[in-house]
Amino acid sequence: MNELAAIWVYLSREPLAALTATLLAWLLGLRLHRACRRHPLANPVLFAVALLAGGLLAAGIDYRAYFEGAQFVHFLLGPATVALAVPLYRQWGLVRRSAGAAALSVLFGGLFAAGCGVLIAVALGAAPEVVASLAARSVTTPVAMGITERIGGLPSLTAALVIASGITGAALGPLVLNAVRVRDMRARGLAIGTASHGLGTARAISVNAAAGTFSGLAMGLNALASALLLPLLWRLFVSG
Amino acid sequence: MIGALAALLSCQLTGEVAVRALHLPVPGPVIGMVLLFLYLQLRGGEVPAPLSATAEALLGNLGLLFVPAGVGVVLYLPLLAQAWAPLGLAVLAGTLLTIAATGKLAEFLFRRLR
Repeated sequence: MNELAAIWVYLSREPLAALTATLLAWLLGLRLHRACRRHPLANPVLFAVALLAGGLLAAGIDYRAYFEGAQFVHFLLGPATVALAVPLYRQWGLVRRSAGAAALSVLFGGLFAAGCGVLIAVALGAAPEVVASLAARSVTTPVAMGITERIGGLPSLTAALVIASGITGAALGPLVLNAVRVRDMRARGLAIGTASHGLGTARAISVNAAAGTFSGLAMGLNALASALLLPLLWRLFVSG
Repeated sequence: MIGALAALLSCQLTGEVAVRALHLPVPGPVIGMVLLFLYLQLRGGEVPAPLSATAEALLGNLGLLFVPAGVGVVLYLPLLAQAWAPLGLAVLAGTLLTIAATGKLAEFLFRRLR
């Protein structure tokens, strides 16, 4: 029994177990995704996150202990974002021809996302700091937390809402786009990237190169536009 | 592959430094993406094979890279539970309406501005 306890102590302290569990959960998610013929609802990120989060809660493992191991995967988000330059370069001809329309759509979409979320929360009587935490939820995490800080929300709540919006858009976005009959792959990618940042881009890139490129582009543009405009608009219309 | 990884990390590092030095409102990796894109544009021609392979490996599993942060939602469960109705509806309806509206507008503009 003591030996088992010693093994448990080792596993919960070293990064090995958390890293292995993260990769295995992802592989299981991919299997499920393929078994469901790549249906957007069978989202591998959603599956892996639910499995691991459930596991942590059930076993009473602290998230920080888990992250000690999982951070090696998390770290690769930076270089992966830089790597988006490769599909952007390959699709540049297509992007350049539709640059104006793309920028306009992202600008509109980013403000629409913020306005829509804020109005729904206000209508349902949410507290002011909760409302402020919702404004930047479609922006990629580090920028979203910065915006929330400036407009008086709770940055950590925003971090959770950013992930939730990303998974929502990745899992349900393609179905919504089918329902409103948007078939242009550039427009589909742009819409998902604007509302669901990198998580939406992960889905888009696995489906179509043009959709993936426009989604990555929308993520970057929305980060820039929201960082510049949201704090300004907030001062004008909400707290002003 | 190590060369390609070093190139990606160098772009990210330069981006992070630029963001802090110039107080830019975007994350370092996004500036890194712009830098790598500019490099590829200046160089012209095909993307170097090792860089292409490394980028494909990373982007082919982009979803995996969000899993550790996603599991972090467990930290915020009490916070989310406090206002679950407005938060849930704002995230769900807000995100889906945004996708529908942005997709429609983009398709319209792409057709118009051709």
